[in-house]
Amino acid sequence: MKVLEFLLRTRGRQRLHWTDVLTYAYLTLGLFMMFAPVLWLVASSFKTEAAIGQFPPTFMPYSQRSVAVPGHEQPLPLFLVTLDSGQQREMAQVRRIGIMATMVDPANPQDTVQVNIKQRKPVNELKFAWSNYSDLFRKFTFGTYLWNSVFITVVATLITLLFNSMAAFALSKYNFKGQKSVFLLIIATLMIPPTIILVPVFLVINQVGLLNNLWGVILPAVATPTGVFLLRQYMLTIPDELIEAARMDHASEWRIYWRIVLPLSAPALAVLAIFSVMWRWNDFLLPLIVLSKSEHFTLQLALNSFQGELNTQWNYLLAMTVITLLPVTLVFAFLQRYITTGIASAGVK
Amino acid sequence: MSTLELRSLEKSFDQVKVIHGVDLTVNHGEFVVFVGPSGCGKSTLLRMIAGLDQPTAGDLLIDGQRVNDTGAADRGCAMVFQSYALYPHMTVYANMAFGLENAHVPRPEIERKVQEAAALLRLDQLLQRKPTQLSGGQRQRVAIGRAIVREPKIFLFDEPLSNLDAELRVSMRSELRELHQRLAATMIYVTHDQVEAMTMADRIVVLRAGRIEQVGTPQALYDTPDNVFVAGFIGSPRMNFVPAAVAAQDPALREALPAGTQQVGVRPEHWLPCAAGQGLAISVAGSEYLGAQRLLHGKLSDGTRTEMLVEGAAEHTSGGVIHMAPHPQRWHAFAADGHRLNRELA
Repeated sequence: MKVLEFLLRTRGRQRLHWTDVLTYAYLTLGLFMMFAPVLWLVASSFKTEAAIGQFPPTFMPYSQRSVAVPGHEQPLPLFLVTLDSGQQREMAQVRRIGIMATMVDPANPQDTVQVNIKQRKPVNELKFAWSNYSDLFRKFTFGTYLWNSVFITVVATLITLLFNSMAAFALSKYNFKGQKSVFLLIIATLMIPPTIILVPVFLVINQVGLLNNLWGVILPAVATPTGVFLLRQYMLTIPDELIEAARMDHASEWRIYWRIVLPLSAPALAVLAIFSVMWRWNDFLLPLIVLSKSEHFTLQLALNSFQGELNTQWNYLLAMTVITLLPVTLVFAFLQRYITTGIASAGVK
Repeated sequence: MSTLELRSLEKSFDQVKVIHGVDLTVNHGEFVVFVGPSGCGKSTLLRMIAGLDQPTAGDLLIDGQRVNDTGAADRGCAMVFQSYALYPHMTVYANMAFGLENAHVPRPEIERKVQEAAALLRLDQLLQRKPTQLSGGQRQRVAIGRAIVREPKIFLFDEPLSNLDAELRVSMRSELRELHQRLAATMIYVTHDQVEAMTMADRIVVLRAGRIEQVGTPQALYDTPDNVFVAGFIGSPRMNFVPAAVAAQDPALREALPAGTQQVGVRPEHWLPCAAGQGLAISVAGSEYLGAQRLLHGKLSDGTRTEMLVEGAAEHTSGGVIHMAPHPQRWHAFAADGHRLNRELA
């Protein structure tokens, strides 16, 4: 109820204020522009290849009904035929030559008629082509791509959390010469676009022999200035007295980090974990240059390779896109609260 | 035995010197309170003893051993912080056990020590709670419990009661005193509240601007303050300071004043009523009813304000003139440099 009330709020008390009209028009347009492609993607991922190519296009995954007719090996497509007499009958098409089609009555296989193709309309039914999804796993090495993506995302995120939190701990809780400069240096790398360092990164990965290795995608990405900044800002809010108390409690510096600072930084770590998952999962450029063998492809690369030069299997491509979108969508839906606080606290997207 | 000795200890932050050569000896089992206005360096001194700050110069000895270069954990001190500094993500039990776990004490022994401390501090029912689920007084006790389980040589308290409400503060004061007697441990306690210092200390160390002004028992500080600062800082309501010229209007006092007296200090409770022609004429500016006593606000002939604590509830109309003289043995003459001149009098 509350949600509905919120959505239907207006400025005008009795009648709609002209700003209400504008606002709703703008929001509706925005919703349509943002959401329609996604809806179309999901709906189309359930279409058969024929239905995707159909003209005029339909929104829902309709496909032509077919019937088994005795004397024919394959099921025949069903049409609604308007006979010359004006009578309408559901008939199956045996063959079509030019503009003439040979139709047969499924109930009476001997009864065939020749009709102009303009006189018949396909009989459609709502049919979800689940095979688009199941085929992905059966026909292609989709499982491998999925595993590669998951492996890179999970491992890179874990290492990111560990490394960035250690750097943030040192930068926020220790006083040493050059602390500010180190921090500035780390932050300054935010100004360098990733595309610029792409070639050097490639050269380094090549030299250390990590080309066509998943670690070649993981390692260059684990130290992020954003993560260090985000965690450092959060750790500054942890009172120094806690660390001093731990120090008096005989705790080693590693133990202070592991038992005190890390658990207390959990909210910031959660934010960084979400960011890292989204970054690594959606990453395309780095995997593209590092991984060239198809058994090492991530989902994003596989998606790209599915789009062939001459021939694209749209039904599979769409199904795969949906699966690729799912994890990030789920992460966003359930952890949205953390993401907004993260953006608010670090000013990053 | 656990004694503490500071030898001309100094501390500077960058170019600013905050502790100017402090010498002090704390005996075994003593309850010593560092008191002074904020910024006097009392917390810095405590942090140096704890090992959280490094002294710039001087020596720090615990049990006769120089510990300047010993880490905080190995000095055998335990500290109770002003903010308690409880680990918010751990239960009360884990908070108290943390130090012992780090010292690799066997688990059954940890269990026993924590239970003992919990029983002593009436925390047995709260061991599984998180600090956020505790009241201020309970958190305070957990912080003390965390110090106790480690059986330290010296307990350090950094304004531990300043976050509690007035009532709880009074009861915690006596609890801490009791604890001190039961543990018979050396304790060093920092506060800016002179009432806390007076009620709890075996010995008080009054600090100002990084220097020790006076060390002594509460009574010694009250009866024979070394200088104007200590005289004004210790005692409530504050001591009144009367310029020597005005004080000389009292014929009895005029003869007794030592040479070089700049001002005379008289505590409000040490004014005695006297006949006209004796003592000082004070015009009453107002009065506060305190039950058995009444605190009078008055003005001396030169306009200096003074407060007097008088027996009885009789109303004194403001604007009226009364005659008061300081108690013959209870006034203090101070020289221009602030030092007390009449040591022999008290």
